[in-house]
Amino acid sequence: MTTLNSKIPKGPIADKWTNHKNNIKLVNPANKRSIDVIVVGTGLAGGSAAATLAELGYNVKAFCYQDSPRRAHSIAAQGGINAAKNYQGDGDSTYRLFYDTVKGGDYRSREANVHRLAEVSTNIIDQCVAQGVPFARDYGGLLDNRSFGGVQVSRTFYAKGQTGQQLLLGCYSAMSRQIGKGKIKMYNRHEMMDVVVVDGKARGIIARNLVNGEIERHSAHAVVIASGGYGNVFFLSTNAMGSNVSAGWKVHKKGAYFANPCYTQIHPTCIPQHGDQQSKLTLMSESLRNDGRIWVPAKKEDAEAVRAGKLKPTDIKEEDRDYYLERRYPSFGNLVPRDVASRAAKERCDEGFGVGTNETGEAVYLDFSAAITRYGQEQANIQGLHDASAQKIQELGTDIIEKKYGNLFQMYEKITADNPYKTPMKIYPAVHYTMGGVWVDYDLMTTIPGCYAIGEANFSDHGANRLGASALMQGLADGYFVLPYTIGDYLADDIRTGPISTDLPEFDKAENSVKKSIDFFINNNGTKSVDHFHKRLGKVMWNKVGMARNEKGLKEAIAEIKEIREEFWKEVRVPGTADSMNPELEKAGRVADFLELGELFARDALEREESCGGHFREEHRTEEGEAVRDDENFTHVSAWEYKGEPSDAVLHKEALNYENIELKTRSYK
Amino acid sequence: MSAQKGLNLTLKVWRQKNDKENGQMETYQVSDISTDSSFLEMMDILNEQLIAEGKDPVAFDHDCREGICGSCSMYINGEAHGPGREITTCQLHMREFEDGQTIYIEPWRAKAFPVIKDLVVDRSAFDRVMAAGGFVSVNTSGNTQDANSIPIPKADADKAFDAATCIGCGACVASCKNASAMLFVSAKVSQFALLPQGQVEAAERVQNMVKVMDEEGFGNCSNTGACEVECPKGISLENIARMNREYLSASVSSQDS
Repeated sequence: MTTLNSKIPKGPIADKWTNHKNNIKLVNPANKRSIDVIVVGTGLAGGSAAATLAELGYNVKAFCYQDSPRRAHSIAAQGGINAAKNYQGDGDSTYRLFYDTVKGGDYRSREANVHRLAEVSTNIIDQCVAQGVPFARDYGGLLDNRSFGGVQVSRTFYAKGQTGQQLLLGCYSAMSRQIGKGKIKMYNRHEMMDVVVVDGKARGIIARNLVNGEIERHSAHAVVIASGGYGNVFFLSTNAMGSNVSAGWKVHKKGAYFANPCYTQIHPTCIPQHGDQQSKLTLMSESLRNDGRIWVPAKKEDAEAVRAGKLKPTDIKEEDRDYYLERRYPSFGNLVPRDVASRAAKERCDEGFGVGTNETGEAVYLDFSAAITRYGQEQANIQGLHDASAQKIQELGTDIIEKKYGNLFQMYEKITADNPYKTPMKIYPAVHYTMGGVWVDYDLMTTIPGCYAIGEANFSDHGANRLGASALMQGLADGYFVLPYTIGDYLADDIRTGPISTDLPEFDKAENSVKKSIDFFINNNGTKSVDHFHKRLGKVMWNKVGMARNEKGLKEAIAEIKEIREEFWKEVRVPGTADSMNPELEKAGRVADFLELGELFARDALEREESCGGHFREEHRTEEGEAVRDDENFTHVSAWEYKGEPSDAVLHKEALNYENIELKTRSYK
Repeated sequence: MSAQKGLNLTLKVWRQKNDKENGQMETYQVSDISTDSSFLEMMDILNEQLIAEGKDPVAFDHDCREGICGSCSMYINGEAHGPGREITTCQLHMREFEDGQTIYIEPWRAKAFPVIKDLVVDRSAFDRVMAAGGFVSVNTSGNTQDANSIPIPKADADKAFDAATCIGCGACVASCKNASAMLFVSAKVSQFALLPQGQVEAAERVQNMVKVMDEEGFGNCSNTGACEVECPKGISLENIARMNREYLSASVSSQDS
């Protein structure tokens, strides 16, 4: 059995990464040319890793299921990317970014990894600016910053509400440069179906060409999984429709441990669900909380009248509004971390103060009227309009808000047909990002030698909750600055190996099992579509393994997911053939994996008898409804070993040692 | 949110098995479509219906469903991404349609974008244009100078950002009578032309990108502006003018090379 060795370097935290880099093995440039690396997924983590590995001289084969790496879901990240640059002179430092991230993650992340992330964060900004990423600038031509939840400094770099897009296009352009040179061979519209393990080492993958259905063998000296998160296990989430867990799940089935599956971030500011025909939820950037105030009616009768369409939000007087985040958390107010803001919204809606149109009333207001007035007044002063009318102030203020968040407001209006400049937005929490993932050591290697996991696909940096603007940071840190160093330590032993043959029996075996599974789907002739099962799974996950969990619900969920899974294998219907483009066949494989992951997810949540970050167990809370952590028994990573059925998975624990930051109750009051 | 209504619609959808066989329009009926649903959600409902009937569902590209990945590409009633300005198909909502309406749904039509299946086309020609120069040649393994050592006037940074917001969906090509890719290519050329980074390779960049654009079979620009009208991100024709200027100046200055 593999031992769970995190390989955290010795020495003071601030020196660990530097010392480690000085001591790991190097591969000389000539030898890199004879080493192949496979990268699965080309979002911020995979794209930046592929570009940098190619830049260093390795031969890279990159795979993505989309028609171009430019479409990876990192593109949809809106708000920004953190970096401890302290350009604002407001007291930021590597240590503070490290501290905020560890605290924000509810003390369930790995200190050494987080410190490294904070250290390299400044390089990311330099790197991206050098690539021509058009970050927001101030009038002096220098980079601008804003604030995000859980933080009291302005360290977030941004490009309007399209930061993820600009960073991804930056990394796609870096990839394009290497593709042009032939150093990256790009496989668009390809899906990894399995990993091939030879003599205990990851030596390649089986991929399906999604255009013609061909099953292909690809060998390499190392395999990097950069396939993102598994939030789509809930069916409705902010993830792209194609986002899936399959690559991570396949390596888990081949021996990689899967860590903390129950840590899922519920993002507080999404557009509420509108009905049963909906396929996906849309996020509204957290940056909106810099200026938007969150409230619900203070009186139940007002909330009822709003839900019935008899009152408009603008009819409710200031004194009849409950700005519950400002009331409960005066020092952070609307900028509390996402888990805290999400639970507070759920609590108000559960108590009957919600303003949604659906039967559960699930929505709260995100209101910009105060900000519009404040900015309008400021502009009037600047322009010397001392007797400006209320209407003029509104106009001036609206203009400022439009400059800051215009594209987000437009997006909201397109979806809801409501104008958020005039009436508050309705928002509600939704599944957004998964902090759990494939277990990796400090080098980002999984428990399969030669198999790495980076970005959202791994588990290490965010703990039980992710602060805003830190996912982009981790993706790019892993891809540009961490993996390219650490992978050399492993590959140095492979300089004499030569090309890996794809005729090995391990490739035959993996290919046969992939073909068998595809044949099953095509020939099963069941009665229900793939989506039918995915939606059922999603409902169980949201109702019983969602924002709040309890023992009873989790046990029920485990049993129900198992039932759905069994029915899926009997009744699923996949139309079409295997030798052509067949999106239903693609979905079937992914949903099969979600049906296994979902059960492990619920089991992990059941095992963790505490509330922390995105994991809220109703049995463990204070009288005011705040999460109660159990540091004595749960300061560890739960890493699951695959043994067949999810119920047979074996739990391993990696103790988390906090040597630099004292474990404290998280308070944002 | 607006009051929900159920729409009954007739859909005429382009069905094509693969790039070798000819395609044809097929007619389908869908009913009780919520006006709050997106156009792609309506397509999902159609597909569920087809699967239930034992038929092959309609293949179409989609992913983020929030207007940013650029995957969704369909011609709806003769317009790229359907009615409405500055939106992608996933952002198009059924409240824009009326009960009983007939909707024509076709793939992008351009020689450089061959049909793969039904509404799915191959846009990898865009990737090849990018690989010919759509980047700044900077080493990605670190050790770059401090970001604030390159001050950029806000107006330039904002313009560069506006050009950089192109999502590469191909609506510009699909809407152009010549199937020209000038708006797409010029957006990338403009982004770098407006920024100090990558200036040293500006001439080479524009020449290489234009060369590959032509080789890929995209047509020429005749300044009719359909691309700008149909662009979901409002990329301006100004970028084409900027690219032409860059190209001309590159051609003049590189005569002796």
